[in-house]
Amino acid sequence: MTSDQQRLDVQKTFKLYVNGAFPRSESGRSEPIVGAGGRVVGHASKASRKDLRDAVVAARGGLGKWKGATAYNRGQVLYRMAEMLEGKRREFEALLVDAGSSEAAATAEVSAAVDRLVCFAGWTDKFAQVLGGQNAVAGPYWNITVAEPTGVIGVVAPTSPALLGLIALTAPVICAGNTCVVISEAFAPVVSVFGEVCATSDLPAGVINLLTGSTDELAPVLAKHRDVDGVHAMAGPASISGILLEGAADNLKRVKLRKAETDLFDSEACTEPGWIEPFVEYKTAWHPVGA
Amino acid sequence: MAQRTARIDRRNGGNGAGGGGGAKASSAGKGGGARAGKDVSSFVAGGAWDYSPAPETVKVKIAPRYGLYINGKFVEPHGDGAGYFTTVNPANEQTLSQIALASEADVDRAVEAARDALPKWRALSGAERGKYLYRIARRVQERARELAILETMDGGKPIKESRDVDIPLVAQHFFYHAGWADKIKYAFPGREARPVGVCGQIIPWNFPLLMAAWKLAPALACGNTCVLKPAETTSLTALRLCEIFDEVGLPPGVVNVVTGAGMTGAAVVNHPKVDKVAFTGSTEVGKKIAAAVAGEVGSGARSLPKRLTLELGGKSANIIFDDASIDQAVEGIVEGIYFNQGHVCCAGSRLFVQEGVVDEVVKKLKIRLASLRVGDPMDKNTDIGAINSREQLKKIDSYLKLGQSEGAKLHVEGRAGQGLSAFSTSERDNASAVVSNTQGGGFYCRPCFFTGVQMSHTVAREEIFGPVLSVLTFRTPEEALLRANNSPYGLAAGVWTDKGSKILEIARRLEAGVVWLNTYNKFDAASPFGGYKESGFGREGGVQGLRAYLEV
Repeated sequence: MTSDQQRLDVQKTFKLYVNGAFPRSESGRSEPIVGAGGRVVGHASKASRKDLRDAVVAARGGLGKWKGATAYNRGQVLYRMAEMLEGKRREFEALLVDAGSSEAAATAEVSAAVDRLVCFAGWTDKFAQVLGGQNAVAGPYWNITVAEPTGVIGVVAPTSPALLGLIALTAPVICAGNTCVVISEAFAPVVSVFGEVCATSDLPAGVINLLTGSTDELAPVLAKHRDVDGVHAMAGPASISGILLEGAADNLKRVKLRKAETDLFDSEACTEPGWIEPFVEYKTAWHPVGA
Repeated sequence: MAQRTARIDRRNGGNGAGGGGGAKASSAGKGGGARAGKDVSSFVAGGAWDYSPAPETVKVKIAPRYGLYINGKFVEPHGDGAGYFTTVNPANEQTLSQIALASEADVDRAVEAARDALPKWRALSGAERGKYLYRIARRVQERARELAILETMDGGKPIKESRDVDIPLVAQHFFYHAGWADKIKYAFPGREARPVGVCGQIIPWNFPLLMAAWKLAPALACGNTCVLKPAETTSLTALRLCEIFDEVGLPPGVVNVVTGAGMTGAAVVNHPKVDKVAFTGSTEVGKKIAAAVAGEVGSGARSLPKRLTLELGGKSANIIFDDASIDQAVEGIVEGIYFNQGHVCCAGSRLFVQEGVVDEVVKKLKIRLASLRVGDPMDKNTDIGAINSREQLKKIDSYLKLGQSEGAKLHVEGRAGQGLSAFSTSERDNASAVVSNTQGGGFYCRPCFFTGVQMSHTVAREEIFGPVLSVLTFRTPEEALLRANNSPYGLAAGVWTDKGSKILEIARRLEAGVVWLNTYNKFDAASPFGGYKESGFGREGGVQGLRAYLEV
């Protein structure tokens, strides 16, 4: 290579993240990622309904290991994700700026996202005591209530803020031991690159599955899927909220729609136990006491 | 241990005396030793189990007809579809009273009354609200006998169950939640908690007054007002509770009771001024309610859905390992599936027995069931009372036929108690457990179980809601878990083993909201109850139960 030749940079292909791997959509579709000023900065895979179903299979497959892990272990994995995100901070900030954020806003969003992961890393081994406990029953019984993960949760990430929104809705879900399938319509590179954070944090395959795709196309399938146990989303237009709720009624999924005006940057309001609680099931165990 | 002993049936005996509720004295494995070693069936056949009649004789006044309880008054129903319907005693099919059928307009009146009462009730200090609930608890205790009798007359459950389980638990629920009223701020530390508003509550017929208490007590403690819709066949005790509300001076409109059928319930669910819906009943109706609540968002009528909690059906697994105390486990099976004629959403209707002990368990179960008396619910010795309605009896009968046509073997047990003619030979041939009582009518079904059941059989998958058990087997703990969890339901489960680490591992991995370990069918106001999966969501009882009635 002679010095007067200009080096062509290597562009990243933004793919899906399913079952610990980075597949393209089985449909072969991709969507241009439009950055600031209408410039195309890359292409993101556009997930199909089949990809969604595959992701649910992966999430179900990953559930046993993740919910069976100790809470301390889950906490360390979430903390590791925060470390990885912090380490890739410059890349994320650049991608956000490319997508139209100001530099200050990009820095603030990445900081908030890292801090959110740290906070829920700390919740993993504490929410059980806050939400459950022993019950004073009127009889000779030992009686306790524990909060267990609901199972496979569908997360519909808001398009903006793309990175923080994804983490704000996903971290509390996996904190409790659930696995999830995330759909994001943002077609933002940060969604795909967040898969690299997941892949390098000792997060078992299938715990988080990231799909970039059309909400209109994917949300009805997610809501109706018989092997999905819950849905976490921001309240959106009546049509989307209605589709999620109506589909969920079919197998009584737990649906939590966050108020549309929720400020996802509010680190107090978005980390209270109410963010974890919709995706735990209370199990109450009785045993007789006596010699 | 030779425990095949004849002893007086003490099922549910010694329950929750003094209003504690919940604590059922287990008599398992403590039978008298005098006759030990002899086959109990010989005593049964020899009439050693016959008891003299012990009818509850106190007369309870029932009005010829009841209106709706709206804004502190009993009022006539009006509007399209309003009227009266007959409620009968399922033990003898005699008419008890005429119950108002609330129309949409009546529901609207009730909701408006609840809405009008809300600001004052919500603003009342927690301590004062609590005192109303304490008063209600005390009056329920004072009128316990009357309420128990009425419950048994209207619903068909044995008097010993309504007397020892239902009514004491009703009192406990009001007493327990009374104490929460001024402590809500400690229930969810660091989070602001406000009442949700007007609660529409729809309850089933299997535990009529108890379900009313489960719904009303936490709602009122949290500062909400209520519109309660009792089940069509069992409205009388909820209406009697309204008399207690009057006696204790509960402000008008805080609780309103609209009796009726499905149409009335739908009007409660769909009312735009209802903020929260709580439903206990079938999964089928629960899904319809969830869809109706979703529809309000889809149509743009609301941006966030009404709050909703659902306590639905079940097909709960009762798992017996070969290292369990078998006699105790057999009592647990009986407690699990034959309590309240099997009209229990958390009934242990799927029995999984480890292969090595299945013959012993089935044999002991047969002997135990031979001593269960089916008969007049008002008799204090009756174990299995009347099936709640003709429709329910038909439904049970259809499952009995279906189970046999799918290849399972039906075993019918139980003996004719007071009020029933002795079971004829043809009824002894196990063709059906449904009793045709020539003596005095009524709807009766004998305790029975199926063997030779496969997981694919309908009787192993669907909720029968009757005294019908399906017996299945397993070899390893893994197989037990796999089979137990292989159900869309997830309400409750039972596990029987004397090995501590195993019982905790199985308890951890069962997908069920309530897990009874070496026991079954225990309930308490302080203990949250509710299901996983299609058995619904939300909990009732305990601090977790308050969550449904608060905006946190």
